[in-house]
Amino acid sequence: MASIIKIPIALQRIPSGHTMKKYSGFSLFKHSLSHHENWQAVWRSPQPKKQYDVIIVGGGGHGLATAYYLAKVHGITNVAVLEKGYLGGGNTARNTTIVRSNYLWDEASKLYDHSLDLWKDLSQDLNYNVMFSQRGVLNLGHNLQDMRDIERRVNANRLNGIDGVVLNTAEVKKIVPVINDSQDIRYPVLGASWQATGGVARHDAVAWGFARGADSFGVDLIQQCEVTDIIKEDGAVVGVQTTQGFIGAKKVACVTAGNSGVMAAMVGLRLPIESRPLQALVSEPVKPIIDTVIMSNAVHAYVSQSDKGDLVIGAGTDSYNGYGQRGSFNVVEHTLSAICELFPMLSRVRMNRAWGGVVDTCPDACPILSKTSVKGLYFNCGWGTGGFKATPGSGHVFAHTLAHDEPHPLAAPFSLDRFNTGHLIDEHGAAGVAH
Amino acid sequence: MHHIYCPYCEEMREEEEYSYTGEAHIERPKDPASIADEAWGDYLFFRANPRGIHHEMWYHTAGCRRYFNATRDTHSYQIHETYKMGELPAVTAPTKAALVADKAKAAPVKDKAKPKTKTKAKVTPEEQQGDAS
Repeated sequence: MASIIKIPIALQRIPSGHTMKKYSGFSLFKHSLSHHENWQAVWRSPQPKKQYDVIIVGGGGHGLATAYYLAKVHGITNVAVLEKGYLGGGNTARNTTIVRSNYLWDEASKLYDHSLDLWKDLSQDLNYNVMFSQRGVLNLGHNLQDMRDIERRVNANRLNGIDGVVLNTAEVKKIVPVINDSQDIRYPVLGASWQATGGVARHDAVAWGFARGADSFGVDLIQQCEVTDIIKEDGAVVGVQTTQGFIGAKKVACVTAGNSGVMAAMVGLRLPIESRPLQALVSEPVKPIIDTVIMSNAVHAYVSQSDKGDLVIGAGTDSYNGYGQRGSFNVVEHTLSAICELFPMLSRVRMNRAWGGVVDTCPDACPILSKTSVKGLYFNCGWGTGGFKATPGSGHVFAHTLAHDEPHPLAAPFSLDRFNTGHLIDEHGAAGVAH
Repeated sequence: MHHIYCPYCEEMREEEEYSYTGEAHIERPKDPASIADEAWGDYLFFRANPRGIHHEMWYHTAGCRRYFNATRDTHSYQIHETYKMGELPAVTAPTKAALVADKAKAAPVKDKAKPKTKTKAKVTPEEQQGDAS
């Protein structure tokens, strides 16, 4: 009789010395009786062991997702995530949280759509509310060529099973009543592509949810632990030198976004990546006016409204390489002038905060999920200006690459080799941010 | 925003007059047809992308419309020097061996005060030493 009773997933987990308590309405009620003072720590803060099977460098969304799926899908739990600052404190905390999959080429659209599929059940899977909201994404066109490109992209998307429609000005106005539909402005809105399944998610919750999930399987999340060198012997990785001493592992995966070039230089490699600051800013909270995501590649502005009411605005990258987590003022000025033209009613809204993140831009605006010439060294980088949407998918396919030492079929086209074979996947048109 | 000294105009101008055009001192292979795909890919796409001293090309788009080089710190954003095409940089990144030796000899003065001078066309020998050691 007992054999036919399905054991809940939460109980199937046999973590090493740590049982994750499930979040539920009941637990919320229970903890309210003790003034919410006795909640379990969301993850442990362990001391690093001497040796792991896999070390993941970088505790952002992608690194934590990789650790989570490595444990959940492949059963590899002797894993450490090393983070030099705090979990999710880099680009995961600095992006504009847009999720979509309307990329042009087969390889990219399949990868991003795989991620979108994972987003749909992510809150349930992690038992952590990542606030994924499929409120739709508009990509505006401002001239005839924009509209032709949009039609081509939407057609390509539909052939790949990704939802998309081409809208005209009136249809855009219907979705976003506050948009300026005048045809007399410098860059009039001629139409847009619309992906209804796109949307936004809560960026911090994604990092925390994956961290909590990975920790529940026994993955060690080690913060304030900077990798200062990658140690190899006979052409194979044996571990990393860190600010907390040497930690051994036969597989080291760098998921370090803007700092990937620095990591590669530790073993004498170069990557086809340049690191640049990308800026974003939020306004003061206002009443609900925008219930979707609006992106314009041509005038370079994108905006959505958070649940708090702030307008979340994405600006462009600085033109030059930089590791300072701040950007130039002229970039912000350029974006806000575009926002003011598209939404004249926002011209007197004040901006609360602006910040920058160091993004790892690739020549073809596509990521690198790859083995390297050093045995046991892997890179997951090059997501550039649009990595957030890919967080679950990136972790899922990269975990496969790590576990099998062979790329996941969806990750295979994104190897480092493509820069020597010439098999680039040019997604500058769909990447959404002018580089 | 940067103030950049154009070595041809011999004036400080605002960043917006310029365009950044990438890593400097990359030599095009002399005979592309005869080299391996790896070498060609390396030339086209692979970059040093350092966190620190970086030699890079700028183009004075809204000025003299000439290319020149700059040595800039990609972390502090300080521009150490700008110099004409064909010239070599006076400021270079310390080698790994020099860094190790430096750490061993002077651990307490790790955070040496950087010269707080504004962008200059050329750095003096003292500054250059201060940065390189």
